[in-house]
Amino acid sequence: MALYSEKVMDHFRNPRNLGVLEDANAIGEVGNAKCGDIMKMYLKIEDDMVKDVKFETFGCGSAIASSSMATEMIKGKPLSEVEKLTNKAVTEALDGLPTHKIHCSVLAEQAIKSALEDYRSKK
Amino acid sequence: MIYADNAATTKMSDAAIDVMLTHIKENYGNPSSLYEFGQKAKEVLEEARTDVARVINAQPEEILFTSGGSEADNQAILSAAELGRKQGKLHIISTAFEHHAVLHTLEKLKKQGFEITLLDVHEDGLIRPSEVEAAINDNTCLVTVMYANNEIGTIQPIKEIGEICHRKKVLFHTDAVQAIGHVPVDVVAENIDMLSASSHKFHGPKGVGFLYARKGIALTNLIEGGAQERGKRAGTENVPGIAAMATALKEICSKMEKNTAHVKALRDRIIKGLEEIPHSILNGDAQKRLPSNINFCFEGIEGESLLLLLDDKGIQASSGSACTSGSLDPSHVLLAIGRVHDVAHGSLRLSLGEDLSETDADYIIKSVREVVEYLRSFSPVWRDLSSGKIKHLL
Ligand SMILES: Cc1ncc(COP(=O)(O)O)c(C=O)c1O
Repeated sequence: MALYSEKVMDHFRNPRNLGVLEDANAIGEVGNAKCGDIMKMYLKIEDDMVKDVKFETFGCGSAIASSSMATEMIKGKPLSEVEKLTNKAVTEALDGLPTHKIHCSVLAEQAIKSALEDYRSKK
Repeated sequence: MIYADNAATTKMSDAAIDVMLTHIKENYGNPSSLYEFGQKAKEVLEEARTDVARVINAQPEEILFTSGGSEADNQAILSAAELGRKQGKLHIISTAFEHHAVLHTLEKLKKQGFEITLLDVHEDGLIRPSEVEAAINDNTCLVTVMYANNEIGTIQPIKEIGEICHRKKVLFHTDAVQAIGHVPVDVVAENIDMLSASSHKFHGPKGVGFLYARKGIALTNLIEGGAQERGKRAGTENVPGIAAMATALKEICSKMEKNTAHVKALRDRIIKGLEEIPHSILNGDAQKRLPSNINFCFEGIEGESLLLLLDDKGIQASSGSACTSGSLDPSHVLLAIGRVHDVAHGSLRLSLGEDLSETDADYIIKSVREVVEYLRSFSPVWRDLSSGKIKHLL
């Protein structure tokens, strides 16, 4: 048994939406280097939709894969849907994570929530 | 595949495999049986004991076969503690970067009322003998300091520490699991009372090891039962494993000089190549370290993702990041030498094998450089470090 599912390894090896979004209007950053994970999400929100999204992550394989998967799950989606994204949905989409790595999917959910807060605070 | 995780375990040598198979297939008698077939197994066992003893300049009767390094560490420490308890001496000195087989045993003793002093290992990963001497008091029953650290490879001043212990009449144990077969060890010249070793670190099978205990040291049993191992370790002996361990040990020791020259040159080549990565640091003293050990921290990246990408490039290595340890904290060894959490998460240990080539070494350098650069390219920590938002620690 490998440590991670094939889905996790695919998103880790070929992360989707990797990088910085120069014209982002919602940025969320969660985690801390002391614990070994930091996720930063850049969202471009227009007409209550996530038009574009990119991420940067410092962290382990599952942290990178969780961020990648989460960006895919919210790209092009209305905010009403994005708000409801849970870490559980991210984990399921990755075909599961080892128990001690579930917190990586929690970080992905929190990073998105943090970006939405940033967006609303600027409105 | 370039296997660079020999501190975790090694590939069994062909000679050791042959010996093991022979004893499994043909020589399966019980050494405790009186008929000749059993006695033949007994002979194999005693021959292995003599071979192992010779390597560390001990007497055969001072060698006790165990299930590996962890058991040897447990038995050595618990025996010394028992002897201490009888004399009312409940103080043990060790170091902050021992293997968990030592540290967890000491924690157990602490709960039983022992006082444990863990010495500072300094930034270079080396114990200062003067600090050992200063820590010894009238209640000290044991000093246990590892010969070479399993993560950063630093080789401790064992002879000096042993000399102090003997002068102060305190038992001295060393966990030499990473050293045996890789650097010369002499229990007499180095004043060692007890020593632990593990076969799978020197191309022998897993689940076998030995404890050296100087004549006259009364050991405490961890396993009760039959009278095997002079009554100090019950259970029918693992004859195939023990014979294979002795074979592997003799073999690696006969090549030690050649191996050391070869591996050390490659180690230093890789260290030089990786030092060129900006904001990186070699962990542990550059010279007083195992010939095979390389351990770096790279700022702005996390160790597990580094390992996974190296694995994709065919290189197997290890890291002290929290994610690889399965706990929330990074390696206690890196923290003990003063690396802060943020930096310790980005660590890489390469432990080289004797069959590594120069081409392999250059491939390792190239691959590590590429992967570190790639991971930094999307690390928010690296971005903040580069922009000056947070200060570089390395
Ligand atoms: C320094 C040290 N001590 C003890 C051990 C435990 O040895 P074993 O795996 O044989 O129990 C190891 C191996 O992981 C080690 O590196």
